[in-house]
This record gives sequence, structure tokens and C-alpha cells, in this order.
Amino acid sequence: MIRTSLLALALASSATAAVAQAADPHAAHAMPAQPAGPTDPHAGHAMPAAPKPSADPHAGHAMPEPKASSPSQPTQGSEASAAPADPHAGHAMPAPADPHAGHTMAPMEGGQTAADLPVGNAPAPAVITDNVADQVFGSGRMQRARGILADEHGGSRVSKLQADLLEWAPNGDRYSWEVEGWYGGDINRFVFKTEGEGQSREGVEAAEVQFLYSRAVARYTDVQAGIRYDLEPRSRAYATLAVDAMFPYWFEAEGSLFLSEKGDLLARVEGSYDFRLTQRRILQPRAELEFAAQDIPESQIGSGLSTGELGVRLRYEIRREFAPYIGVSYERAFGDTADFVRAHGEDAESTRFVVGLRAWF
Amino acid sequence: MSRPRPDLDRRALIKGAAILGGGAAISTLLPAWAQSATPGLTSTLPTLSGDDIKLTIGHTPITIDGQRRHAVTINGTVPGPLIRLKEGQRVRIAVTNTLDEDTSIHWHGILVPFQMDGVPGVSFPGIRPGETFVYEFPVIQSGTYWYHSHSGLQEAEGHYAPIVIEPAGPDPVAYDREHVLVLADHSEMHPHLIFKRLKQQGGVFNYQRQTIAGLLAGKDQTLAERIEWAKMLMDPTDISDVTGAVMTFLVNGHGPKDNWTGLFKPGERVRLRFINSAAQMVFNVRIPGLKLTVVAADGQNVRPVEVDEFQIGNAETYDVIVQPTEDRAYTIVSEAIDRSGMGRATLAPRAGMSAAVPPLRERPILPMKDMGMDMSAHGAMSGMDHSQMPGMDHSSMPGMDHGAMPGMAAAAPPPGMAPPRQRGSDVMGDMGGMEMNMLDWSKAPQIKKGPGVQMIAPMPMDRTGDPGLGLESVGHRVLVYKDLIALDPNPDPRPPDRAMDIHLTGNMERFIWGFDGWKFSENPPAYSFRAGERVRVTLINDSMMTHPIHLHGHFFELVHGPVGHLPRKHTVNVMPGGKVSFDFTAEGGDWAFHCHMLYHMHAGMFQVFKVRPVEGAAA
Repeated sequence: MIRTSLLALALASSATAAVAQAADPHAAHAMPAQPAGPTDPHAGHAMPAAPKPSADPHAGHAMPEPKASSPSQPTQGSEASAAPADPHAGHAMPAPADPHAGHTMAPMEGGQTAADLPVGNAPAPAVITDNVADQVFGSGRMQRARGILADEHGGSRVSKLQADLLEWAPNGDRYSWEVEGWYGGDINRFVFKTEGEGQSREGVEAAEVQFLYSRAVARYTDVQAGIRYDLEPRSRAYATLAVDAMFPYWFEAEGSLFLSEKGDLLARVEGSYDFRLTQRRILQPRAELEFAAQDIPESQIGSGLSTGELGVRLRYEIRREFAPYIGVSYERAFGDTADFVRAHGEDAESTRFVVGLRAWF
Repeated sequence: MSRPRPDLDRRALIKGAAILGGGAAISTLLPAWAQSATPGLTSTLPTLSGDDIKLTIGHTPITIDGQRRHAVTINGTVPGPLIRLKEGQRVRIAVTNTLDEDTSIHWHGILVPFQMDGVPGVSFPGIRPGETFVYEFPVIQSGTYWYHSHSGLQEAEGHYAPIVIEPAGPDPVAYDREHVLVLADHSEMHPHLIFKRLKQQGGVFNYQRQTIAGLLAGKDQTLAERIEWAKMLMDPTDISDVTGAVMTFLVNGHGPKDNWTGLFKPGERVRLRFINSAAQMVFNVRIPGLKLTVVAADGQNVRPVEVDEFQIGNAETYDVIVQPTEDRAYTIVSEAIDRSGMGRATLAPRAGMSAAVPPLRERPILPMKDMGMDMSAHGAMSGMDHSQMPGMDHSSMPGMDHGAMPGMAAAAPPPGMAPPRQRGSDVMGDMGGMEMNMLDWSKAPQIKKGPGVQMIAPMPMDRTGDPGLGLESVGHRVLVYKDLIALDPNPDPRPPDRAMDIHLTGNMERFIWGFDGWKFSENPPAYSFRAGERVRVTLINDSMMTHPIHLHGHFFELVHGPVGHLPRKHTVNVMPGGKVSFDFTAEGGDWAFHCHMLYHMHAGMFQVFKVRPVEGAAA
């Protein structure tokens, strides 16, 4: 690097320079108004082509305190000779009256920036595919390192196991769960889901598990395919197709189609929304609707909209991944399903207060 | 090689090759220059120098604010030893790995032959457990730099340290004393767990979101603004992925309570060499009561510019001169960009002194400008009121560079001193039929389509004249890139032979990051160049986060500067919805190119610049 002179920074102690600066903050800043300005916006900018010292960009930076020096940084006292074309004279001055004082305006006030210069249109070279480090270290060792490199720059796989609902209703001593997990990369994942409910004394009344392949197909949309298996009330297998998505306004929803081994077609739509009351208190309304294409009397399911569940839960996120909640859940059977349920001696609708835990890791 | 012990013994091992810090007895866990109440480098001789340097990478417990933590260390400390070199020397640095995983050291900002650049899988095979690798290169530059691991997430665990290179000739910057300030973040949480959490849930560490309680209290965005943002699934408080909720912010390995202190004598000119070696945090740096005269950026001298505050992206360095004249202490504040915490240190005439620590300022709310759609800037330019200009054709505006419009600049307030944005003013409303498709693939056909691209900035702007995020209205002068003007003439003044765009893409919800829609793991075609050709690269930020982009093995010149004196950098912050153009002269080799936010890089925001032919390579 070429340095034609030394720069010492003139700070507050340089009273005389400061006065000069205050009087004209742009003094000698190669303003367009100066004689050299209009025709040569770079006057004094030390263009590489310019003949040397007259364009010295550092002249005049020194030096109110020539004695200032550091043992390891010997400083010579090149005195401030006021070079007329010096664009930087005194620019490290405190200039409270004019915060523009200094050179930041230079490119804006008529100075030409590189952005203004024309750019060639040479063609780009062909994409290079060889790895030059192989020539130095051998391709075997480099190949191993490249594998690690890819893994560590986008190739990582992670997992998540989340209990959306893990709750108990004191009224009737009932419990229910809705748990989901996944493992994989950004696009392809293995997904596991389970949900069910039961009663403390009578045990599990309904339980299902799903094993799905999930693929991210759009910014906020995953498509999932796999199987669902019901353990209770009776074992039954289904082919499953699902869409998990986030919609504008941060509305989360999931829709699933289930085709059973008996040929019955079911559908389920779930949605939820998080109202962030405070940083850690979140009010979450959620809804779940179940549909059937046909009556399935042995499962007490009627065609059309069979059951619906509407809940509101207020959770407190001690940490994001650990949030106890309280809530209320309203459940209702519709149409033929309601008839089946009533025929079974049960209520077609119920309201429950719940306490639970939303947790993930 | 045996496992290193964090004590004086290993220091003794190094002694043959190194000059040791005199204050080692005070705290054996920090090199002298990083110890608190240090008089500075001019009197406590710093750490390692000479032609033969030995470094050992290992696991060491460290103490931050009285709390014991695990760290990956260089020679047993965080930060590692300062390496002090002299321009013109040739240095051999032997690095021994005592970890049970691969490690590496990249010399950040140092121009070295490609095979010494230290990126496993790109420039060399990495350093396997138990191995020693010897780096050797001529030192052909001077200034403030640093070095760090390029393996896994070791940098987040403490594997970083500063480098200071003295110029061969006299230093154009005069100073009486200097201190190195290595800004960093450190978490008790293992970086792999942090990364996992980020993948599991967007915004998981953000405890400064907008709330309904805030809305009712009249804080943050208005309901209309919130609805517009929610419609686009954008969170205007998503400023930093990892926050003070799980990070402690360090200065020279000291937490805010440790209060690292650098000494000065009133009236002295003190050179502060700031290095942001944080894994993920961008800092706003200020010293209440002192003006900061920036004299170098990324190790390269610039024409001095006096500011009150600057934002420093990950991996950037700034050299600043301060001249405290009073016999009192000053607090050095390195505030997290999202205001979730701060690093704190003190400049004082004597050890044990401290000054008031300013409270954290209110966390900023991203404006629509950060989506690459400029609403407010129009108004700020000249008081133009767009709502009264129904006939104005916005569709013709994308190409306009407002910042460069002659005559406009004079009317705008200086950076940092804009009047606060009026609450509720940041709505699109009726944009006169303006099409604001946030994902118009036709705008950038080079981008690989997929779920990893959440948005494509509809109107990316040159924001090099903008103060960093959240510093628009802090009431004092803030450094902007347009302030930086190279002190020395640029070494290669040729105009570029060609131009290319690189889009910084991501999906904040899925925590996918990449360039042009590619994660590096998807094996994208390398960015390819001819050796010696001069290319203009425009980085376009299609995300709502600031990305500090680093190119290895080169300095590039930001093109907004005056011809011949473009500021030269190795890392440049690209603001949300913004773009930055640089020219560079391609140097033969394979060079890593990546976002220096470690978790973005780890998520895939990494690529290789391949430049051929390579001189001296066996072909």
C-alpha cells in the first residue's frame, strides 16, 4: 500500500481548525462549486492515474499534536500544509453545527460513484466443476471433507416431538391427547401423529396413530401421505392423505382424508390460531370437524358432518417449548352421528373444562 | 498430543514461539490483552507474534459473569490469543486439534493462497482429531482482522480470536494507545440445540413480539399495519434469530457484569479495534460522551469519519479513534440489534471505575421498506406526499435509486437523525393499483423455485446510505456505508467486465437459507469466474433480515463510493429488502462465500466462488 504521508487525527484539541471547519464545513471538499469541481469531480481524490503528490489525499490531516505517538507506531510530524485541492482538510473535526461536515456528501453532491460507470457485458465463463484443493491434498481426503461441508451447510436433519394437547378434564375424569412428531430435512420428513381420549377408570376409548411421509411443496404447505391405524374403539387401517399449511394472518390448518380398509371415506379438518396476549400468554381457539362419506353404524358415525369440537385454551409459555394451559372444550355430534350417539345412551354434546400441557422438544 | 489444560502450563509450551502477556497471573483464562483493566496493547505485550506460532484447539470451561460454561477454545481461552503480525513477514502457524471432531481455522480478511484459507471441503481437508496442520503464508496487508473455526458451529462456542497486522511503513493512523474489542455472543445452550430450535419453530427465541396487550396500550404497529403484515405472514419483530433470551453478549470474553475495562490517560488518542465475532448477533456500538472517528473498516483504512454510533455486522471490523479528555469512565455499549441485550465494557483512567450504563432502547419494528417495498423513504426524501399523487406511476419506480438522486440528499436528515416514524404510517393502503406480489418468480428467473424462498423483494433498493436497522431515529449521527471512502487509491480501478446478481433467499418460517434459492447441500452450480476478471456482483436481499455476506480471499469494493476510492471490504451487511453492489478482481482458487450469521450459513447460506486458472496449481 502506498502512503504518501502520515495521518494524525485532528480531534477536539484542534481549536483553530475547528473554527475554520465550523465556518465552512465543506471547505476544500471538492465541492462542485469550486473551480475544479464541475469539470473534474475527482479533483483531489487521488485517482490512480493522477500525477502523485498534488493529489495527496492525506495532506493536511495532521496534526494538532505532533508529539502524539505510540511506541509501536512512530509518528512523524508531517505538518499540515494547507494543500488547496486537499479534499479532507480537517475532516475529523467535531462539527456540531453541521453534521454533514466531512466527506460523506462527496459522492452525492456531484461526485461520480463507481455505480455510475458503465459495466461491460463479457460473457460469464462456463460453470467450473473441478475442485482445485484436490490437486494439493488429494481427492480422497477432500471428498470426505466435502461430505461434511454439505451436511453442515444445509444438509442437517432435525426432529421435533410436540404434544399440542395433553389434557385432563376434571368433569368426568377424562383425558385426551394430540401428539405429533417429525424427523428429516427441510423438504422430506417422516411424520408421526397420534390422538385419542379416554376415561381414567374405563381406559382408552379412542386412539389412533398415523405414519406419514411429508414433503414441503410450497412456502407454508406440506403434503403428507401414509397410513392411519385405529387401536380403539376397534382396530382399523386407513390410507391417509393430508395437507398441513399455514395461511395468511398466521392461521394454521390441517386437512386429512382417510380411506379405510372397508372402503369407508372419512375426512378431518383442524384449524387453530394463536392470539398473543402478552409475550408468554397465548390464547388459542381451535376447531376440529370430522366428516364421513357414508354411515358407519358400528363406529357410530353418520354421513356428512359427524362431529365438531371447538375449544379455547390459554397457555403460559414458561419457555416456548413448555406451556401449561387451561381451557374449555365444546364437543357436538351432528346428524345421523348424533342419533347414533343418543341411541347409545350418551349425550350428543358436551362442554368440558380442561387443564393440560403443551410441550415440545 | 495430549488434551490441553487451561492453565499456565500450556502457555509455557507456547513460550518458545510467542511473547506472552505480562498480566497472565490476574486471570489465567484470558490472554493479557483481553483481561480487564488492561492498559492496552502498547504496554502489556500481547500474546502471539513472530514467524512461528502454535495454536491448540480444545475444550475448556470458561466463566462468564460468574457462570461456568463450556467452550471450544484456542490455547485455552475465549477469545483465543491475539496474533500480532507485521506486513511483509512470512508466518507459519501450526494448529493442533485436541477435539474429538474436525476443526479448522480461517484467517478472516487475510489474503492467503487458497489452500491456506482454512475452509474444510473447499480449501483444505480440515484438521482431524489429533492432527496438526501448518498454515504458512506471506503477510501482504495490515490492519485489524480475526480468525475462527470454519467447522460446524465451533465459532459459536468460542473458537475465535483477533489478528492485528502492523503496516510495513508508518501507520497513517496516529494514536497513543490501542485496545482490541472482540464483540461476541455466547450461550449456555449448545449451538446444535439452538439450531434445532430454530428449525422447530420460527421466532422461537423472540420474546419481544407484538402482543394484543401492546396493541391496547397503543404500542408498536397499529391494527391496520398488523393486519397487513399478518396477511403476508411476516413478523416485523423478527429481527434476530437468536436473542438475549439465550445469549450473553461478550466483550473480550467478558460478560456485562464482568465489565471488561480498558485504560487510558485523559487526552490520549485511543485506537479501538472492534471485531464482531458473534455467531449471530449484529451490534450497535456507541460510547456515550465520546465521538467515534472511524479510520478503518474491515482492516482497510478509510478517510476519517466522525460518528456517534455504528452498526457492526458479523465478521466486520471497525477501527475507531476516541479521545477522552475527562478524567472519568466511559461505557462502551454493544447493543444487540434487536435490543434483547447488550455487551458492556468500560474505558477508564483507572481500574475499578465505571460509568452509567444506558438502558436498552426500544426494539425496532421492521418497516415495509425491509420487504423491498419502499413506502416511507419517498416521503422522507423531500416531504412528498404520495397519497396526494394519485397519478404517480409506481410501476416505473423499481429502477430508481432514490438515495442517489442529486439534490435529494441535502434535504434528508443526517443518518440516525430522521424524525421518528409516525405510528400507523407504514401501511400500503391504496398504492394506485401497484402490484405488490411478494413472490413474483419472474423478477429473478435465476432463483431455484421451492419452499426455501419465502419472498422476492419487489423493489430492492440501494440502502448503503441507510443507517442500520433500528438506527434511523436515534438522534445522533450514525455511520452508513456511504460514509466509507478508501484512504488509499483502489489497486484495481478497472471498470467491471461483467455484472451478476446473487439473491439472498430464505424462508424464515422453515429456517431455510440460501443463495438464489439453493442451499449449499443441494449442490448448486458454483459461482464461476476467470482469474483477473473484474466483476460487479449485486447482492439482493430477498429476506427481512440483515445478512452480513463474506467473500473469502478477496477484498471487494463497494461501488457507491467515489471512483478510485471505493471502500474495500471482506464482509458487507445487506439490509432487508436492500441490495449492495461490489466490484472485485477474481483471484485464482476456490473461495467460500457465505452469510456470516453462523446459523444462516449452517442452514445452507453458503456457496463457492471458483476462479480459474489457479496460478501454481498442479494441473
